[in-house]
Amino acid sequence: MEVFATALPALSDAFAMILQPHVIGYLILGVVMGLCIGVFPGLGGIAGLSLLLPFMFGMEPVTGLALMVGMVAVVPTSDTFASVLMGIPGSSASQATVLDGFPMAKKGQAARALSAAFASSLFGGLVGAAFLTVFILAARPIVLLFQTPELLMITIFGLSMVGILAGRVALKGLVAACLGILVGTIGEGASSGALRMSTYDMPYLVDGLKLVIVGLGIFAIPEIVALLRRDKAISDRAPLGGGWAAGVKDWWANKWLSVRCSLIGVVVGVIPGLGGSVVDWIAYGHTVQTAKDKSGFGSGDVRGVIGPESSNNAKEGGGLVPTLLFGIPGSGSMAIFISAVALLGTGSIEVGPSMLKNNLDFTYAIVWLLALANVAGTIICIAASGGIAKLTEIRFALLAPFLFMIIAFAAFQSRQEIWDLVALFGIGLLGILMRRFDWSRPAFLIGFVLAAPAERYTNQAYQIGASRFRRGFEEGIDYIFSPIVIVLIIITLLSVVIGLRQAKNIQAEGTVAAGSKRAPVVFLLAITAYIALTYWNAAIIPDFARMDRVFPVFVATVALIGCALLLVQMMRADETSAIFADREAEGADDNVHGLWATLGWFASLLVASALVGFILALAGFLLLFIRLRAGKSWGYAAIYTAVGIAFICAMAWTLNRDFPPGLLQAYFDLPWPLT
Amino acid sequence: MLKKTLGALALTSALVATQSVADGHQIDLSGKTVEWIIPFSETGGSAKWANFYAPLLSEALPGNPTVVVTFNPGAGSTKGANAFQEMEYEDGTTIFGSSGSTQFPYLLSDPRVRYEYSDWNVVLASGTGGVAYLPPELSAQLGDGGDASALKGEDFIYGSQGATRLDLVPLLAWEMLGLQVEPVFGIEGRGDGRLMFERGEANIDYQTSSSFLSGVTPLVEAGTAAPWFSFGALDADGNIVRDPTFPDMPTFKEVCEATEGCETSGEQWDAWKAFFVAGFPAQKMVFLPAGAPDNAIATFTVAFAAIQERDDFAEISKARLGVYPQLTGDAAQTAMASATDVPQEAKDFVINWLSDRYGVVLQ
Repeated sequence: MEVFATALPALSDAFAMILQPHVIGYLILGVVMGLCIGVFPGLGGIAGLSLLLPFMFGMEPVTGLALMVGMVAVVPTSDTFASVLMGIPGSSASQATVLDGFPMAKKGQAARALSAAFASSLFGGLVGAAFLTVFILAARPIVLLFQTPELLMITIFGLSMVGILAGRVALKGLVAACLGILVGTIGEGASSGALRMSTYDMPYLVDGLKLVIVGLGIFAIPEIVALLRRDKAISDRAPLGGGWAAGVKDWWANKWLSVRCSLIGVVVGVIPGLGGSVVDWIAYGHTVQTAKDKSGFGSGDVRGVIGPESSNNAKEGGGLVPTLLFGIPGSGSMAIFISAVALLGTGSIEVGPSMLKNNLDFTYAIVWLLALANVAGTIICIAASGGIAKLTEIRFALLAPFLFMIIAFAAFQSRQEIWDLVALFGIGLLGILMRRFDWSRPAFLIGFVLAAPAERYTNQAYQIGASRFRRGFEEGIDYIFSPIVIVLIIITLLSVVIGLRQAKNIQAEGTVAAGSKRAPVVFLLAITAYIALTYWNAAIIPDFARMDRVFPVFVATVALIGCALLLVQMMRADETSAIFADREAEGADDNVHGLWATLGWFASLLVASALVGFILALAGFLLLFIRLRAGKSWGYAAIYTAVGIAFICAMAWTLNRDFPPGLLQAYFDLPWPLT
Repeated sequence: MLKKTLGALALTSALVATQSVADGHQIDLSGKTVEWIIPFSETGGSAKWANFYAPLLSEALPGNPTVVVTFNPGAGSTKGANAFQEMEYEDGTTIFGSSGSTQFPYLLSDPRVRYEYSDWNVVLASGTGGVAYLPPELSAQLGDGGDASALKGEDFIYGSQGATRLDLVPLLAWEMLGLQVEPVFGIEGRGDGRLMFERGEANIDYQTSSSFLSGVTPLVEAGTAAPWFSFGALDADGNIVRDPTFPDMPTFKEVCEATEGCETSGEQWDAWKAFFVAGFPAQKMVFLPAGAPDNAIATFTVAFAAIQERDDFAEISKARLGVYPQLTGDAAQTAMASATDVPQEAKDFVINWLSDRYGVVLQ
């Protein structure tokens, strides 16, 4: 009751603050800006918020908040466009949406998938806000219960989702996940700074690969290349009737799933340290596990869209808890949010422990601005989805150069080096091969995302646990096996058992025919060689930095055993076995262009960028691609190129970014945007 | 000897600064965009600091140029600093913001460092302080003046960002006090260290002043944390005195004096002090690139000085920066010199200590 006595007046104060015309106006402005940025894959909220920062200084607090919250809230809504329509994960929040959303778009159901996604997003956002209103007052002690062993168990639970997404051959999924983890450990170890698979001579690798690049490389590039080879539109049939209304109905039919996934989103979002990048995978896993008929997942089941999308907007609300209560940002955009709030007004509001006590009305204003922004964003998105879905009916050869441009630009934001593009190309190649031989790309990505937290929490829990055991056996046991940890262990075990039993039915990436033996074996051997190299590279880390050695060595050992078992299986199985899945065998009729020729286009963009800088290379790429590959006239190609270059320059100028320079720029000083 | 040179240097630069301003030779930046490069990500403390100053700097510079903060993170800021080293002065539209994490690798001869502070032109030096705190039950065991003798048998856990970072200063301090502290590495920011303390996993921690004020003060009020000592501040003669933001707290020097076995002289102390001076009183600095003419240096110096003359500066800066000197002109020169001119013995001591204690070898 006491809680309500403090909460209710603050809540009504908050609504009085929010429900003013100019506040709503700024909120909608923020929403529109957020949607415009979120539509482009890989940019995300960080770019948008940095853009707003200069205007925050001295702004009236509520209006400034409205602008920022409007922007942050809708990025996970609008990034769905890229995920569903192009198969490109727009941000870490919508990776799982790709699995079923994109096949739906291919089947001509883009509008339906989009509106189901948006309805779920909206609902998730509202559940998040409602939950927070009550929970935020009681959250502090609960959040503090999640110590390092609990965080480790949640990470392991996230990894256990690999079990469901492993594909037809569970061992391949396991090795793919291990490979993802190993790629995630590239660079300087978090504990002692030992180098893994990198040297100081290649500074790029020392900091490790960024999620944007790996996400785009592993999902987007293989899809784009595959579509280009078919040379048709994304959607292979005429759009089905019903459009957006059908999607909303789908959501309503699965409202309880949506509720459950929203709660998953809030809860995982609340826990600081995980950043919520696995929320959508956990939600997807839950969706699959609880569904009765699982046959459609991976080839366009609408539930596979509703689950992750319900969770990813709810997560934004949950992510506010560590941000507001502890002053610890749950994500990159939240970190900028904190510093922007301090710029507002006279700087009297400080995000952190004192906020709840001194500015509860403000805290509630933020929570409900978030909810309102979700409503506004969803309505705009649903209204636009029918039109934007038409993109899937355009001939893909005309769309692809534009997508390459956007993806390369987004990847370059990672470190602003030409190596960003090289890394994108490299990971893209891996993605293409994994797709071809039916190795689970979701499993790889989950491994990559969770590599850093898994290693960090393992080491920290070990260190702190050891110290507790030194004090007393009982204290150590209490620390390692708290009630929460035990519950999480049980959930994880259940999830693995259920997952493995069902994995054969769930083809997260559709069915794949088997081909000849040679190519799949060569690919397996290449992967085994890389893992063996990683093992050797980690094993030579000297003793004083052993904390950086243990984890990669362990994961590589597991992966090598998996590879060995696969090899044995391959020797025994005959050619038609699922283990020899090879998309080249089935797609031979559809593909009008070769793999390497198509990839060559992208490689040439990369090489030309390294020589003459991105913009000049891009101009040449667009012109030649449209003329030669798409077969349009020179005039058409020239106009296309001009529009494309103007567009990317406008975007870079607004976001105040440069383009990758090449060799040419090292010798000559050229004006922007050629620099 | 060193001090004399510094004094002379400061005097010359002050003279130069005033002269060129008096001549009215300020550079005009109207219609231009000043790019403020931060060698960290958008999310760190340096970003906060630059974002605080950027709009104020825009107002204070002649011609009111747009000031944008750009981020060039990587390799713990050495990448951005190396890139800045390659730049030459053009028209005053590029400035660079360094931090303690840029200073330490430079001092420890990290092989990745290809930059040289003395090539750059400092126009602002922002200081900060640090406060160490304990759980109340451990704090209760402290003797007079923060004497740590009673805590020597305690098993301490400390969440650390890495022994070669700013955490070097507290880690060395714990060791000098004779505490058994096991650092748990791999946390991503000091805020995560505080969270680890709040969860009861770590039982010793420190925060920089502004984070202490916003993050730990509520814990102190709630009775779940107790401040122990501040690292202190430097007076005009380079002595460690009480931190003006925390006048009631003893400094580390006082605690060290009160604790048996901790010496405030000798090799270890000199090394600690040198790295404290390098990491805190001039933690964040703004530079113009090599080759900047005097009038450009003067323009930025005057602008940063003018920002501090604002009537509302005390109010708006308190939460963001804490009450610390924001030095310009000759004072900034002196601060930079003392932060980057660490005696070779101190460097050697720390490099040896890092390799003996943590196995960190800087190739």
